[in-house]
Amino acid sequence: MAKMTMVQALNLALQQEMEKDDRVIILGEDVGVDGGVFRVTDGLINQFGDQRVLDTPLAESAIVGMSVGMAVYGLKPVCEIQFSGFSYQNFHQIENHAARLRWRSRGRHTVSMVLRTPYGGGVRALEHHSESREAYWAHTPGLKLVIPSGPRNARALLVSAIRDPDPVIFYESKAVYRAFREEVPEEEETLPIGKPQLVRSGKDLTLISYGAMMRPTLQAADELKNKDGVEAEVIDLLTISPLDEEILIQSVKKTGRAVVIHEAPRSFGAGAEIVSRLMEKAFYYLEAPIERVTGFDIVIPMFSREKAYLPSTERILRAARKVLAAS
Amino acid sequence: MPRKKITISEKVEYLSILDEKGKLDKTLEPDISEDILLQLHRAMVLGRRFDERLLNLQRQGRIGTFAPIKGQEAAQLGAVANLRPGDWMVPAFRETAAELWRGRSLESIIIYNNGYNEGIDIPEDRNDLPISVPVGSQIIHAVGVGWAAKYRQKEDVAMTFFGDGATSEGDFHEGLNFAAVFQAPVIFVCQNNQWAISVPLSKQTRSPTLAQKALAYGMPGIQVDGNDMLAVYAAAQEAVARARTGGGPTLIECVTYRLLMHTTADDPKRYRSDEEVEQWSKRDPLPRFQKYLMDKGLLSAAEIKAVESEVLDEIQDAVDRAEKQMEALGNPMDMFEHAYAEMPPYLNEQKAQLAQELTELDEEGKHG
Repeated sequence: MAKMTMVQALNLALQQEMEKDDRVIILGEDVGVDGGVFRVTDGLINQFGDQRVLDTPLAESAIVGMSVGMAVYGLKPVCEIQFSGFSYQNFHQIENHAARLRWRSRGRHTVSMVLRTPYGGGVRALEHHSESREAYWAHTPGLKLVIPSGPRNARALLVSAIRDPDPVIFYESKAVYRAFREEVPEEEETLPIGKPQLVRSGKDLTLISYGAMMRPTLQAADELKNKDGVEAEVIDLLTISPLDEEILIQSVKKTGRAVVIHEAPRSFGAGAEIVSRLMEKAFYYLEAPIERVTGFDIVIPMFSREKAYLPSTERILRAARKVLAAS
Repeated sequence: MPRKKITISEKVEYLSILDEKGKLDKTLEPDISEDILLQLHRAMVLGRRFDERLLNLQRQGRIGTFAPIKGQEAAQLGAVANLRPGDWMVPAFRETAAELWRGRSLESIIIYNNGYNEGIDIPEDRNDLPISVPVGSQIIHAVGVGWAAKYRQKEDVAMTFFGDGATSEGDFHEGLNFAAVFQAPVIFVCQNNQWAISVPLSKQTRSPTLAQKALAYGMPGIQVDGNDMLAVYAAAQEAVARARTGGGPTLIECVTYRLLMHTTADDPKRYRSDEEVEQWSKRDPLPRFQKYLMDKGLLSAAEIKAVESEVLDEIQDAVDRAEKQMEALGNPMDMFEHAYAEMPPYLNEQKAQLAQELTELDEEGKHG
């Protein structure tokens, strides 16, 4: 098995799916000759040609709207929006069309497409390049929202997203893109969309997170074990919507305590939905109020201040200790 | 430095064949078979009478809000009649006559307009997209469809409809630009009916024509008298042939007029004069086309009467069928269907919860 960054693992997923299925078409800004500004589509135009990998004009709405048309015709477009901060310019194409066509047409037309886009802070980027606005998509019926946390699950989930019969928004953390390597098998590997993963078992506390925040969350779990003798159970959501609550409920029924961590603003974020579901289905098992460690309800600051904005291992630890102390 | 003139290879033209007095320019008369001419006539009458019946049903509270097409029959039928069954129509929301031409049933339109999306009924042998309400947003879908057809080396073309207001939307510009860059087989049909609800064309754009916007994207643009069936047909025939043979997209501006309200929720007296409507009524595409067919000896007054009567029967049958079909659509639980290919567990739960609540409310109603 080769050790790969998330960028390389995503590239492998695209390359293998394109080889298998000539319906898979890549389109977006700079995805061809340049290989994408983060190089996720590097080399694909050389292997598959400019009819499979389209360098489009600079217009997010048309990139997504064109993908909708391609998908309705029976292709499987994988479009790239260069930064999620620009995807608001295609929001209406997803909300009004991609996510609704199956429902509107009673199943006659379906939109099997993937919108890949880098999200999140932590890489000292420009304005409009660092936000984490997954709640917009998660609030849209008919849509799926996947956020991998590392190279291996990113590859497996992207393959599943391309094969999924419904439109999938695929958020890729810029902070994870090249942060670390993992063994990624050459042979095909998929992960089910809509299934969170239990990445660490524990009996004292449940930590729930996804995407880039999995790293500080796991570091916090290590610290809790080493310094506090606490065994934290850690869950990686992987799919934000449709949210499968079963594993979360089972875990909280066991531990009685939970902290939800995401870098998106707190209000109306994924954490709010998770807490609600735990309230509805595990309330009588709770030993303490659930805590949220999140970004704040402000614009993500420019990079000189973003460290204070993003949840850190220390903030997660403080929240965990507060939840553990409550009785 | 002297300024130099930049030559633009594409040109913008105007086409009128059958003028508003019904006078034919013989040199421009397109070669359309008698059969198609008579089908187009029947489709115009059907579109007109069905529109009237829908208005009537709406005023009686038997359907909800809808967008009438009166006066725009030639603009849409002349264009869509050039499509093959396997081609794609990507409509906005004021193309009822074109949709009927493409095989959508009358009753499906009634059912849709009465608030059931089961009415979005695309015939099995057609690929068309359902109507699109967010203005201009469908234009780009036609580009994706057209590109995909070209990728598959099929001869299919995509024809998309939109109004004058849509030409102010970003999606119009993005769509035309993408179609031209990728040389996608797409025909952009603008039904310029002069009004976007209350805003007249003069406040929508400073361009003397909408057709000229094509030039900026490097594609041919043509403005036609949209109330002249022959001109619309001829322009669309040329554009479809060009698209089908790899010649890329075309923008057709059909200059027409919305004789009725934007939708039944709107009162046009607030923003336009009766005199203006009266002037445009004189350019009505239907009597003009009928005069042409009668002059050609293809249609008699008696035959027009027969078509009118047939069409009214067809509409009445459709109303009866629609009302019968809607009796079976009462189950609110059906709204949960087709959310996803596979229903997520929490959605099943929400559905079960509503079903239980409805049952309990029903029981309480019986006993309370």
